[in-house]
Amino acid sequence: MRNAFADEITQIAKSDPSVVLLSGDIGNRLFDKYKASNYERFLNCGVAEANMVTMASGLALSGMKPVAYTIASFLIYRAFEQIRIDISYHDAAVLLVGVGSGLSYASNGATHHTLEDIALMRSLPNMQVICAGDPHEVRAATKAFFNEPKPTYLRIGKKGEAPVHEKSLDDFEVGKCICFKHGQSVALLATGNLLPNCSSVSDELDKRGISSSLYSFHTVKPLDNECLKEIFAQHDYVVTIEEHSKLGGFGSAVAEWLTSQTDPKAKLLKIGTPDQFLLYTGNQEDARKIYGLNKAGLLKQIIDFISLA
Amino acid sequence: MNSLTASKDDEITEEELGSMVATAAKIRGRIIQLSHQAKTPHLGSSLSFVELLVYLYWNFLKIRPETAKDPARDRFVLSKGHGITTLYAVLAERGFFSPKFFEDYAQTGSPLPEHPSPLCVPGIEAATGSLGHGLSISVGIALASKMNSIPYNVVSILSDGECNEGSTWEAALLAPAHKLDNLIAIVDFNKWQATGRSTEITAIEPLEKKFDAFGWNNMRIDGHDFHQIKSALTSAKKSEKPFAIIADTVKGKGVKFMEDDNNWHYRIPTKEEVDSSFIELGLESL
Repeated sequence: MRNAFADEITQIAKSDPSVVLLSGDIGNRLFDKYKASNYERFLNCGVAEANMVTMASGLALSGMKPVAYTIASFLIYRAFEQIRIDISYHDAAVLLVGVGSGLSYASNGATHHTLEDIALMRSLPNMQVICAGDPHEVRAATKAFFNEPKPTYLRIGKKGEAPVHEKSLDDFEVGKCICFKHGQSVALLATGNLLPNCSSVSDELDKRGISSSLYSFHTVKPLDNECLKEIFAQHDYVVTIEEHSKLGGFGSAVAEWLTSQTDPKAKLLKIGTPDQFLLYTGNQEDARKIYGLNKAGLLKQIIDFISLA
Repeated sequence: MNSLTASKDDEITEEELGSMVATAAKIRGRIIQLSHQAKTPHLGSSLSFVELLVYLYWNFLKIRPETAKDPARDRFVLSKGHGITTLYAVLAERGFFSPKFFEDYAQTGSPLPEHPSPLCVPGIEAATGSLGHGLSISVGIALASKMNSIPYNVVSILSDGECNEGSTWEAALLAPAHKLDNLIAIVDFNKWQATGRSTEITAIEPLEKKFDAFGWNNMRIDGHDFHQIKSALTSAKKSEKPFAIIADTVKGKGVKFMEDDNNWHYRIPTKEEVDSSFIELGLESL
């Protein structure tokens, strides 16, 4: 996903001189092409996230379109007060890109895990929260920011994620979920980097005779309430799936919305990480296995839910 | 050495000086009156940078009410947002908004909050009040000037207590790397922060040497002396690096019973204290 972002921002900056890319001392070589064509609009802000975020606000308030890019955990947690005041409160159109979100950097330990960022960011007024599910969504969300600049958090994975969408998303809209397939019984609502796993799980459910729908809820805020209404009316079960804590994330956003519905047909299952730090040493796949977020784990949680319901 | 001392650039005519002194007294009267009427704190903090702001707004910054949104205007960011009554008083005196706004300052529905909100009145560039933000936002604004090729200066006033904040030093580290010769940071060094001597709570001294080591040109001055303020700002304008002015000031300056008494960080003046302040400031009314 990060390569897709680097390529997209390089293309956009070629035709928009107001683009400024700020990095928190990461992206070595990743932005070489950007720098080659846009050297004056690249700032390595060093390992100083608070200053980077506030500077980005100053740039936005002075007519630039800044993008602040660094590892999600450091961007959101270290600089949260700066994000709240200097971007959210000022309604400053900055694109915050958090790379390596969720358990992408599982092997680096819990300092590098980002499992509470959606909860924090969606609580901020004026802030859009987009969790890209594949490289196509990264590109489309980046373009969307420059078409209509608003304070935005774009949560992306690392590198090498396979595309789930077959082609570029020309009709991508912030706040509008994307439906991959319609089924009757269970609807899988994925946000962010678990989208590929959800796609496999959906196919497997169908094979087992459980007709499933699959949606990418790339935007957690603003939430696509209209589509949610249809989904809850058309299915027996709805499952939210995210590489994020079950507290306060996408599932919580859906559950909050659900309380405003008088008689929803579908039952809701929230899948995410538990309220604890992961102390086990392992890579992202290991971490997902422990938390039941790999394909087998997701499938088991969904089937258990349906059979117990 | 990047540290400079006040030079011959400090000549000010008697007439100019008299006018600025009178304006400063009037601003102080307004600040004291606002604290009394709205029962808002931070009076001592507001009184220590009056001369700095008067000089900036009447003699240095290219900002006028009619060009308050001009992309080429100079920018002023009050990083020590708790001293906002000084900026409000100066902006009103310069015609950015009507003094009528002061009638319900900080009261329900007022356009003037106790800490400024974004764009609450013309002339407010940034919503401050949480410390350690102003220098970073000023760095961003100064960088945009370079990137857009629109020349303007950015001046920010910080409190000494604010130099406790790590983000202040993150900004201080970055600015010289980008040769921000249009950036001026002024530390209102009144030697107090909320609960004690700023010189004892952290090892803030020698402050000018810290900026010096970070690659800033700098000058240490008496922050109540218009000649020295002029000298420092003249040097700052010529500087090829970001420029720090360490302004030695007195908290509560201008009213003897408030000067260097940190109780006035939070204390609200009584009607009698307002009256006696006005007499000392030579003010009959506002």
